[in-house]
Amino acid sequence: MKYALKAYPQLLRTGFAEAVAYRAEFLIWMFSTNMPLVMLALWAAVARSGPVGAYTQKGFAAYYLATLLVRLLTGSWVVWEMTMEIRSGTLALRLLRPIHPLLAYSAENLAAVPMRSIVAIPLIVIFLWNVRDQLAGDPLIWVLLAPALLGAWLLTFLVMAIIGTLGLWLESATSLFEAWLGISSILSGYLIPLDLFPGSVRAVALVLPFRFLLSFPVELALGRVDRAQALLLLAAQWGYVAVALLATRTLWRAGLRRYAAYGG
Amino acid sequence: MIEVEHLRKWYRVHRRPPGLRAALRSLFHRPYETVKAVDDISFTIAAGERVGFLGPNGAGKTTTLKVLSGLLHPTEGRVEVAKSRPQDRERGFLQQITLVMGQKQQLLWDLPPSETFLLNRAIYDIPWPLYEETVAELTRLLDLAPLLGKPTRQLSLGERMKCELAVALLHRPKVLFLDEPTIGLDVSMQATVRGFVREYNERFGATVLLTSHYMEDVAALCPRVMVIDKGKLIYDGSLHELVRRVRPDKRMNLRLTKPVERRDLEALGTVIEHRDVEAIVQVTQDQLQGAVARALSTLPLHDLTVEDPPLEEVMRDLFAQGRAA
Repeated sequence: MKYALKAYPQLLRTGFAEAVAYRAEFLIWMFSTNMPLVMLALWAAVARSGPVGAYTQKGFAAYYLATLLVRLLTGSWVVWEMTMEIRSGTLALRLLRPIHPLLAYSAENLAAVPMRSIVAIPLIVIFLWNVRDQLAGDPLIWVLLAPALLGAWLLTFLVMAIIGTLGLWLESATSLFEAWLGISSILSGYLIPLDLFPGSVRAVALVLPFRFLLSFPVELALGRVDRAQALLLLAAQWGYVAVALLATRTLWRAGLRRYAAYGG
Repeated sequence: MIEVEHLRKWYRVHRRPPGLRAALRSLFHRPYETVKAVDDISFTIAAGERVGFLGPNGAGKTTTLKVLSGLLHPTEGRVEVAKSRPQDRERGFLQQITLVMGQKQQLLWDLPPSETFLLNRAIYDIPWPLYEETVAELTRLLDLAPLLGKPTRQLSLGERMKCELAVALLHRPKVLFLDEPTIGLDVSMQATVRGFVREYNERFGATVLLTSHYMEDVAALCPRVMVIDKGKLIYDGSLHELVRRVRPDKRMNLRLTKPVERRDLEALGTVIEHRDVEAIVQVTQDQLQGAVARALSTLPLHDLTVEDPPLEEVMRDLFAQGRAA
């Protein structure tokens, strides 16, 4: 771990260099992450005749812009890379290096965030400025947003890593990932704000881990939760992170034993 | 440096005939079959040795290399490399070895090789002065200067392989596992790679275990060869001895001052080739002396050389013997 921490800054630098090298792909990727804008157009039209739940037109605008921002900052795609490397056998080259492959993957993913931010943040900030009266007023909530975003990123990354690791057993983990993506885009609030769900579904959605991938930081930014709730939810989020970390480690070890036994 | 005792590596593979029906059936029932990729092999390699690992495709060469480098767990047997159990993949062990696979690359595709160098410097925790010294040396030995700043994807196969070797050796490993390092390279690039591997071995006293389909690689680099076939070690010794044992015959290459009749050549031994003023005649070890004397006295000779049969033929015969037995 000591060596890993020492190496991490260089891993991030290299990851950043890679992200810059892929800039064209990034632009395409960013423009393909436009679902929140589509949803915004839809709901804005619906809300024209009157607010839907707690959301006015402006409220929807703030919600989906914040969603877009959180999504851009916490996105991770490690499952594609892992699946590809497991299938092609290049995972072997990672295993030969004295650093945990998952740490290396995490650096590659994290390092891409600044590159995305450079393009995405200014645009979205301008939009959000226009709906600033819809955002949280409490400065402490804004402070909590930082660990909440980090938690969301970690949780996203770890879930991807878990699905990617399952690729050591399954012929391809990507279909599993697509199933996850489908469920998660509904239950994380990516498509529809969780508080617009009918009562019982909402009650379940609010405690499932999906909320902490996306909806929770958005709720913070929009000031939908008070201080006490925010702290409680942050603890819950990091609890999920801890569980995911444990699951990733356990699965990775078992998967590697299998990989080592069967070869690749 | 490397000790292997009774190593076995068996895989369970899923067997399925082609076709839709078989595909559907395999959803419910999967017959498995055990493949003995490596079946009870033992050997020891001392520090600083260069050993060639020969065998046809699927003989178990790569599997053995993967076990030795810690990627695969042995099914049975004991393996020790640089005083460690490879499958534990401890940092101390990984710092001392490298595995170069001609078919796979660790260089980052869209970035210049120098970026992968920096990454490996950090991962292997190489002190800066040592790193700079090593890079300077590798750059000189492999003539990398013009390549290091270009994105990897723009390099030719040979250029890329040189950079692969450099990045694999940056941490100055004591044990080199080279799996087909010259595959796909042209003759001069193959020679460059060979020369480099030998120089690295001599300078740092590193142990080298190399597999290659190009017999030239093995002949030029490896005083000792191990031959594996169907998972079993069928020969371990000097290349010279292997050739003598499998093909005790010699080849006389004759260059003549004027054309001769074929029967004049047949008097010496088996004629392999006869073209105008050039001929190759195969004789047994025992006949050699007599045949040379006879050639000198009866033929209009310009030049005469004696060679072992080509290694490719030696290997082909060796594996054919193995199959027949």
